[in-house]
Amino acid sequence: MPVKINLPQVGESVTEGIIGKWLKKVGDTVDRYEPLVEVTTDKVNMEFPSPYNGKLTALLVKEGDTVAMGAPIAEMETSEAVAEAQLSAYTPARQERATTPVGRTGVLLKDTRPVGPTGSGVETPVSESAVAVAPSVSAVTSAQMPSSPAPAVEAARGGQRYSPIVRSLAEQHGVDLAQVKGSGLDGRVTREDVARYVEQRAAALAKAPALAAPAGQAAGPDEEAVPLTPIRRIIAENMMKSATQIPQAWSALEVDVTSLVARRESAKDEFLGREGVPLTYLPFVMKAVAESLKENPRVNSTWGGDKVILKKRIHIGIAVATSQGLVVPVIHNTDSMSIAGLAKASNEIIQRARDGKLRLEDVHGGTFTLNNTGVLGSILTQPLINWPQAAILTTEAIVKRVMVLPGDAIAVRSMMYIGLTFDHRILDGADAGAFMNSVKRRLEAISKDTAIY
Amino acid sequence: MVRSRNTAATQTRKAAEHAVAEVLTPDVLLGWYSTMVLVRTLDERAWLLNRQGKAAILASSQGHEATQMGAVWAAVRYSPSLAIFPFYRGLATAIATGITPTEALLSILAKAGDPASGGRQFPLHGAVMTPKLKVINISNVVATQIPHAVGYALGCRMSGDPTVTMTTFGDGATSEGDWHEGMNYAGIYKLPVVFICENNGVAISVPQRKQMAIVNVADRAAGYGMPGVVVDGTDVMAVYEVVGEAVRRAVRGEGPTFIEAKVVRLLPHTSDDDDRRYRTPEELEDMKRRDPLKKFKEHLMEQGILTAQLDEQAHKEAKEHVDRATEAAEAAPFPDTGDFYDHVYASE
Amino acid sequence: MAVKSVIEAVREAMFEEMKRDPNVFIMGEDVGKRGGVFLATRGLIEEFGEERVIDTPLAESSIAGIALGAAMQGRRPIAEIQFADFIWPAVNQIIGEAARVRYGTKGVLHVPMVVRCPYGGGVRGGLFHSQSPEAYFAHTPGLKVVCPSTPYDAKGLLKAAIRDEDPVVFFEHKRTYRLVRGEVPDEEYVLPIGVADIKRAGSDITCISYGLMVHYCLEAAEMLAKEGVNVEVLDLRTVRPLDKEAILESVRKTSRVLIVHEDNRTGGLGAEVAAIIAEEAFGHLDAPITRVTGPDVPAMPFSPPLEDFFMPNPEKIAAGLRRVASY
Repeated sequence: MPVKINLPQVGESVTEGIIGKWLKKVGDTVDRYEPLVEVTTDKVNMEFPSPYNGKLTALLVKEGDTVAMGAPIAEMETSEAVAEAQLSAYTPARQERATTPVGRTGVLLKDTRPVGPTGSGVETPVSESAVAVAPSVSAVTSAQMPSSPAPAVEAARGGQRYSPIVRSLAEQHGVDLAQVKGSGLDGRVTREDVARYVEQRAAALAKAPALAAPAGQAAGPDEEAVPLTPIRRIIAENMMKSATQIPQAWSALEVDVTSLVARRESAKDEFLGREGVPLTYLPFVMKAVAESLKENPRVNSTWGGDKVILKKRIHIGIAVATSQGLVVPVIHNTDSMSIAGLAKASNEIIQRARDGKLRLEDVHGGTFTLNNTGVLGSILTQPLINWPQAAILTTEAIVKRVMVLPGDAIAVRSMMYIGLTFDHRILDGADAGAFMNSVKRRLEAISKDTAIY
Repeated sequence: MVRSRNTAATQTRKAAEHAVAEVLTPDVLLGWYSTMVLVRTLDERAWLLNRQGKAAILASSQGHEATQMGAVWAAVRYSPSLAIFPFYRGLATAIATGITPTEALLSILAKAGDPASGGRQFPLHGAVMTPKLKVINISNVVATQIPHAVGYALGCRMSGDPTVTMTTFGDGATSEGDWHEGMNYAGIYKLPVVFICENNGVAISVPQRKQMAIVNVADRAAGYGMPGVVVDGTDVMAVYEVVGEAVRRAVRGEGPTFIEAKVVRLLPHTSDDDDRRYRTPEELEDMKRRDPLKKFKEHLMEQGILTAQLDEQAHKEAKEHVDRATEAAEAAPFPDTGDFYDHVYASE
Repeated sequence: MAVKSVIEAVREAMFEEMKRDPNVFIMGEDVGKRGGVFLATRGLIEEFGEERVIDTPLAESSIAGIALGAAMQGRRPIAEIQFADFIWPAVNQIIGEAARVRYGTKGVLHVPMVVRCPYGGGVRGGLFHSQSPEAYFAHTPGLKVVCPSTPYDAKGLLKAAIRDEDPVVFFEHKRTYRLVRGEVPDEEYVLPIGVADIKRAGSDITCISYGLMVHYCLEAAEMLAKEGVNVEVLDLRTVRPLDKEAILESVRKTSRVLIVHEDNRTGGLGAEVAAIIAEEAFGHLDAPITRVTGPDVPAMPFSPPLEDFFMPNPEKIAAGLRRVASY
């Protein structure tokens, strides 16, 4: 078989050799270890011995050529198994990294700003040429470096730069660092400041709404600063926590509520007369959800860092829009109530919410939240989870649509989307789907025989 | 047989000759010869493997074989057990201690089966230990093994271990502080160490006249209170005799001996060196006349011990042996990195 | 429990280990009749004889190299380098050779030896009797490097070093020898190499040090306590291998770090400790990792004001702590 003869790597730090006299010519029979050609390198002059027994069939380089170590210099015909002779020539597994020309790699000192406590570091401005040379580096630079022209010591001033521990504590506790007063060097926010803030906030929450408004950013000339109400601030913090701490996913499906609509129609007048409260769709939905939570206990849970904490009780919160803002009063032990009971309980608590008369226990302990966005006319909503719960369900507007029924009959049906935002750490799409289908199945199973009491 | 020696060691001569006469039968000498042929063949093969790019670096022992092998054979013969601290040019030393050509080539090709260090070190560096014979070569930094050998001998003295310690090094090593410090200590405490200087007259490229102001390194031994012996290091029987006596002195508790074996370095310092830049063609030719293998062959033929036929047979067998060894070593696997972090410290 | 000095603790450790194990022996300059220039080996030649307490020639490379050879043979040498400043001729035998024996023989041979070095300044030792060379050795895998601060630690760690199967460079701060006294149990004990020790627990700043500086850090911590700052002082005790977990655990608690050493700043142990914290506890930091160290001049000058300028002291450390605390 024909084989290529390569110039071997000989000598530490040697990269190329100059071909000297060929000691064999094409057609010669060569024994293994017999000298083939003279080679001169920076370090040694040597005779290169043949790696094979065989016949020389071609010379690929001529006397005086400079050849890189490893490059082919001749061809032979040999009957030997070639692999064997290659065995001891170690080939690295990794590929040699291509050396890409990087253009200008440095920056002029005059284009830099001092950085660091001593001003000895330099901050490199993001120039166009730098972007062209190394886009990834400059992207990082622009993302991480605030536009502040001051060195690091000054950057601490006004709390614009936060230490790693401060950032992570803020994230963990959902703290807006702009709200925290710094006690460190030049007003820097320290770890202790965040801890103190969290403590104070917890104390304030306990006796809401007496939350002092912390100093914030001043309004500009064409702006108006509207002071935050305590409830607005709590909503903001909770939404922030939800958005930053929970990886949320969303899914929706549609439910045929034609028979639910019929059932409610048939019962609502009598119910109002008898109970003094209206019969809405909400208690039907709550009942279906509570039963579905029992069937899918992971949806009624919370993330525990290294575990999932399942809630044995089912306390469904109802998102209620009030003039003050969103509140979520909770109907405790939802699963133990009848539709009538749920109608009365929800009516009462919603009324209290609207009147601003919620008690502390009314808003505590929710394990799942129901958000009837349908009342706003919405047909699809992606809500944020009510932190730290595992999921929130929306019920959208009931809309009459032309539907194709089994057997291809066409009919006008009352349709409603339900949507679920869920904590993807706890639940996968399949879990969410199972839960929603459970709700759907229950809602669609409602008939004229469904008990109200 | 002893070509020259300094006066300090003349006392030892008679006893040594007596011992040699007892041992060196024609069969023994023929065995030595064929082993020297094998080492030479192996050394040449290793050099070719370097030129093929398979062996990264080599320090050939061609020209040093008579000293290296004669010394080991004598030391093994005359000591109850032996610890050798050789220097880096020790292929013939290794083979004399029982390393096989395959093992040597595994080491030269840096394969997993390298018996000395599993491919972590340069060829034949590391340690090969048997109960009676320990070969320890921790490093190839020149002369560092001298204090190691002395310390090892000190340890043997303290623990009542009768092992004799031998260390080999070149002429260049005798310029190092470690050589002086080790020699001095061994002299003070009369430790059982045999110091063998394989003087090939050149430290890489620097000739002896630029290394020291004396002709015989052995002259320095007197300064350490030990005998200094000069021997023709290309004469295996002379080396055997002198080292044999030095080892017996050590066994008798008479302290260390310094032996200067005048040898030739037939090849460049290493495979990375080109000695034509500092040695004339005449010098190189002259050295070939002092080739220890050639001299031994001529001597044995003169004595009627070796015939042309036996010589041819020895070369043929050596080539076959080395071919087999090469094949096995080339086919052997490189070390993997599974134990890369092992043996930094004792595992708990 | 008796109160002892560091030098007494060192001497006792060697005495006990030589009693316990006949393979242990001492070699060094003036270690015999003189008992060592600091009297660390006083009385040992009388007890164990000149076979085991060996006066060597003035030749540091061979002290280390011969100890190495004897260790490979199975002895447990304690090689004394008279002053750490004189260790340089022996560096090749320690770093170049001893550290590599186990690795280079794939575990066939190993080197159970201790190199004892009185080190450190503040003793009017000038350029050649004040050095802190521990970082050079701490850089070397295969070596263990111990720098105790108290008599208790010195004794327990030296005994561990003598029993260790690998080469240990044992740095004893000269100024602690007679200055630092402390309780040492009467009963036998050994302390693990590679384990740091909290010398003072605190919650606000972690102050990391070793050797003499630990005592200065403790003094500085007391000053800061009066100012309402609660400093934790972590004594590394071993600078190779570093007790990473202890370092990280303390930093996670306090979020603020001051590292103190007498050795020069650049490339000192502080740099390594800082790098470990930056790599593995970055998210817990609330202030820049800060160092108080000897300055970057080649060695400690002789004259008192110059020496004072070089040496970190409690006031300089307290200033560093305040800087970190107020960030």
